[in-house]
Amino acid sequence: MIPGTFEYHRPGSLDEAVTLLTKFGDEGRMIAGGHSLVPMMKLRLAVPEHLIDLGHVESLQGIEITGQSIEIGAMTTQHDLIASDSLVETCPLLREAALTIADPQVRYRGTIGGNVANGDPGNDMPAVMQSLGASYVLHGPSGTRQVAARAFYEAAYFTAREDDEILTAINIPVPAPGHGFAYEKLKRKVGDYAIAAAAVVLTMDGGTCDSAAIALTNVGDTPIHAEAMGESLVGTAVDDGAIAKAVAAAKAAASPAADLRGPRDYRAHAAGVMAGRAIKRALARVKT
Amino acid sequence: MSDASEMTLEQREATIGGIGCARRRKEDVRFIQGKGNYVDDVKLPGQVFGDFVRSPHAHARIKSIDTEKALAVPGVLAVLTANDLKPLNLHWMPTLAGDSQAVLADEKVHFQNQEVAFVIGEDRYAVSDGVQAVEIDYEDLPVLVDPKQALAKDAPVLREDAAAKDDVGQGPRKHPNHIFNWDVGDKGATDKAFAGAAVTVKEDVLYQRVHPCPLEPCGCVASMDKITGELTVYGTFQAPHVVRTIVSLIAGLPEHKIRVIAPDIGGGFGNKVGAYPGYVCSVVGTIVLGRPVKWVENRIDNISTTAFARDYHMTGELAADEDGRITGLRVYVLADHGAFNAHAQPTKWPAGLFSIVTGSYDIPAAHVSVDGVYTNKAPGGVAYRCSFRVTEASYLIERMIDVLAQKVGLDKAEIRARNFIKPEQFPYTSCLGWDYDSGDYPRALAKVLDAVDYKGLREEQAEKRERGELMGIGIATFTEIVGAGPSRNCDILGIGMFDSCEIRVHPTGSAIARLGTKSQGQGHETTYAQIIATELGLPSDDIAVEEGDTDTAPYGLGTYGSRSTPVAGAAAAHAARKIRAKAQKIAAHMLEVAEGDLEWEIDRFKVKGLPEKVATMKQIAFAAYQSLPEGMEPGLEAVNYYDPPNFTYPFGAYLCVVDVDRLTGEVKVRRFYALDDCGTRINPMIIEGQVHGGLTEAFAIAMGQELIFDETGNIQGASLMDYFVPTAVETPVWETGHTVTPSPHHPIGAKGVGESPNVGGVSAFSNAVVDAFAHLDVTHMPMPHTPWRVWKQCEALGIGE
Ligand SMILES: Cc1cc2nc3c(=O)[nH]c(=O)nc-3n(C[C@H](O)[C@H](O)[C@H](O)COP(=O)(O)OP(=O)(O)OC[C@H]3O[C@@H](n4cnc5c(N)ncnc54)[C@H](O)[C@@H]3O)c2cc1C
Repeated sequence: MIPGTFEYHRPGSLDEAVTLLTKFGDEGRMIAGGHSLVPMMKLRLAVPEHLIDLGHVESLQGIEITGQSIEIGAMTTQHDLIASDSLVETCPLLREAALTIADPQVRYRGTIGGNVANGDPGNDMPAVMQSLGASYVLHGPSGTRQVAARAFYEAAYFTAREDDEILTAINIPVPAPGHGFAYEKLKRKVGDYAIAAAAVVLTMDGGTCDSAAIALTNVGDTPIHAEAMGESLVGTAVDDGAIAKAVAAAKAAASPAADLRGPRDYRAHAAGVMAGRAIKRALARVKT
Repeated sequence: MSDASEMTLEQREATIGGIGCARRRKEDVRFIQGKGNYVDDVKLPGQVFGDFVRSPHAHARIKSIDTEKALAVPGVLAVLTANDLKPLNLHWMPTLAGDSQAVLADEKVHFQNQEVAFVIGEDRYAVSDGVQAVEIDYEDLPVLVDPKQALAKDAPVLREDAAAKDDVGQGPRKHPNHIFNWDVGDKGATDKAFAGAAVTVKEDVLYQRVHPCPLEPCGCVASMDKITGELTVYGTFQAPHVVRTIVSLIAGLPEHKIRVIAPDIGGGFGNKVGAYPGYVCSVVGTIVLGRPVKWVENRIDNISTTAFARDYHMTGELAADEDGRITGLRVYVLADHGAFNAHAQPTKWPAGLFSIVTGSYDIPAAHVSVDGVYTNKAPGGVAYRCSFRVTEASYLIERMIDVLAQKVGLDKAEIRARNFIKPEQFPYTSCLGWDYDSGDYPRALAKVLDAVDYKGLREEQAEKRERGELMGIGIATFTEIVGAGPSRNCDILGIGMFDSCEIRVHPTGSAIARLGTKSQGQGHETTYAQIIATELGLPSDDIAVEEGDTDTAPYGLGTYGSRSTPVAGAAAAHAARKIRAKAQKIAAHMLEVAEGDLEWEIDRFKVKGLPEKVATMKQIAFAAYQSLPEGMEPGLEAVNYYDPPNFTYPFGAYLCVVDVDRLTGEVKVRRFYALDDCGTRINPMIIEGQVHGGLTEAFAIAMGQELIFDETGNIQGASLMDYFVPTAVETPVWETGHTVTPSPHHPIGAKGVGESPNVGGVSAFSNAVVDAFAHLDVTHMPMPHTPWRVWKQCEALGIGE
């Protein structure tokens, strides 16, 4: 339970951080809240020789809501998300999801940037970001680019981010006023990663659904956003029949591994149950 | 100073704060301020650290160990292997069960994470790097995980060291992987009961392998003074005196040269009874280096290598008449003891007190047979918050009586009432030979059914079932056997299981008591002081209680199996009574009357008929050091070693209501009512705390705890990420109640309570879950009742979608 030897660096600016990253290459690793990385280091599953602490890079902090867009700095903690009233007003799904992560102590340290950049299929925020249609701002030696959350995850711990890029911020299009939302997470206990979880964002026009996005957590190598799940709701009244179709699509999209949370069939089934419950709750929350 | 004589009787009682008083726990003042003194807080000058290189394999031959690179790591001082311990004959150590256990793997490893080498260094960091640098070459051997395969003809032989022995400590063996067979009861009479029975039921009931997982893992600091030749060992010891005797026996040091100190302990639950390789290696380390050596486990070490509990693969059978009256009980147990037989039971009891399996019921004939076997898993088999194998026994009978109820179509409360040992049958001798001291089971059950409106709950359940909803009601009416124990049938390594108390009253009327037990959170400093306060008439606030230092405390067998109050608590009462007897003589002298003219009242002796002529205990204490009757020794102290005449038999009636989500398999505990009868109640608040804690652990076991191994013996989920330790969020709300049926043979009538809730709780939870499916003809579901397992049951019944 003692990490290997490492050197600790604390850059004061983004450029300095990028320089260090470039310099150390494979031997360097960013640390944000440390609540995914440090446990791995203590088990010596990760043995970085240089730790580059992003905690003092001012430009990575803060939540900004402007017109049609929400920008959240990578070093914003999960607690900050929960505590931000303006964020809760514009995009309440983030608080609901953040509250299912671990416990207050972890949420005080763990950051949104670390959560989405980590690439662990157990992390909750990636599916949430996919359901919201968010994109990530990546900054590296050759400049800045944006990648959609739906296109970011390649395999467990593999993402579209290059090793020398820093995820600086998350951009979320402001969801339509009155939208329905829900994050349903089935877990064994506080502090557990999901057996299965589902994020749902939908809008209704009169009695008809005109947009729906569903994404799943921890039932595959990556978070799963399947167009089919949302599309089966669009144009319907989100009645039992439509929900059943979406649930079937969610179950079909899920391909969980067996672990101590349960065998594959159970976890895929649970993904369907979570999706169904999230849809119903999202629908009930729609304001017209 | 307020004059006690002006106080009312009630005020004087209140000042004493004795038996029955819900005073706050004395020890909590330091605990809640983070000022406890645990093993890892012990820091001695020059102290170094040790940690193990552990085997990644469950069964393998060690071909070579290369320590050169490790020794080159800066700060590493020494690396011990079995070969280094051999000349001292310390590479193996005796277990409490008469087997031996490798201290450092000797040619072979027998379970994953087994200790192979011990690296000692200046600090934890150097040691950690040193551990990584030790190079070991293994040759894999076939792994035996399933105890059902252990006795197969072609099973791999695990213990080559013991293969040729026909006894490894607990009786004859029939296979190289067989440890013992234990057979009790009347087989002929039992077979006859089954042959003629109107109804019989049979069920395979596994009580899964779990781990007590105390918040503080195990550890020690060993320090050898090379000048005086004295060895001091601080450690997480539930039984410090036993540890000293074992160290003396295996290290060949005389006992007076060994001082064992158990400082504050952060939970034990049986996990801290045994002796572990870490203790031996730390002792060797300090002898070799002449510096104190600290070893403290991490969580994974604790869960995967130090003593587990249960792992009883049981088959239960009941025979009954048409009315559900039980006529016979038959039990077979395959006990998985892991790689070494290191379970902690009184030495002559290879299955502990499992023969309490007839429970609260008047069963005329029973037969029990237990086979212990070796597998490639960590050794252990401790009593996790229960008396020796009592939880396993209680779980079996409480499950089986439900199975029988379903078969004969009787209500689960009614079948219990029909089979109870009746109040007028006490003292009662069970067909397996136990002498139950006292009990009133029907009253306890009736009180619980009344408190929860049992009839109403069953009606609600029937309505819910109509609607396809799953609701379960679980009942457990358990009887424990605690307070081991009478030395005629209980010993550990030949030492009778008595316990002890030494009390010294100081001149100003305060006192210190030292006992042979060791609190791990049970509140001994509070409870013992209350017993002594009532017996001596001195305020419990003025009575200090000390345990855990073998240089100062009288010899005792330690704390486990709910034995502290039944055994050491009795010693405390007897020692106090000796003091009071002397005090009476002094009072007679002070008041110039005959001893027989005095009567005791709360805190003083009064002259009969002259109520104003009194000598308070405080006054007597002073006199004991100054004005004594002719020829009497000065001072006011006494010691008592108490060998209990019998065990005590606490009991209870628990009821649990659950709702099951058939789509996710989640079980929600809606209500839990626990009625306990532990005889005389010393501190009701502590009892309630013990019940809450025990129920929470029972909940953990029934709903989630399990040590799982894959087919190659890799342990799964040995950290708190997976191993279920409930937080306040998961823990149900507990309702408690009590009845009081004192033990007739205990000096204050107390029976012990710390473990009852774990014993009764597990059955109540499990019975509730199965009851939710009873109308669908389900008779048993394996623990733990995790969501996926419960959902699998729903799926099998076609109600999971
Ligand atoms: C007990 C416990 C329970 C938990 N339960 C959950 C849970 O239920 N759900 C959940 O989602 N999470 C859970 N977590 C993880 C927690 O939310 C982490 O805080 C989070 O996943 C990572 O954020 P961090 O800031 O701690 O990142 P770190 O641990 O510091 O970093 C994680 C990884 O991301 C990289 N990284 C960090 N920041 C950036 C960046 N800006 N750009 C590029 N790469 C970066 C790091 O190099 C590292 O590889 C749990 C953690 C603990 C300890």
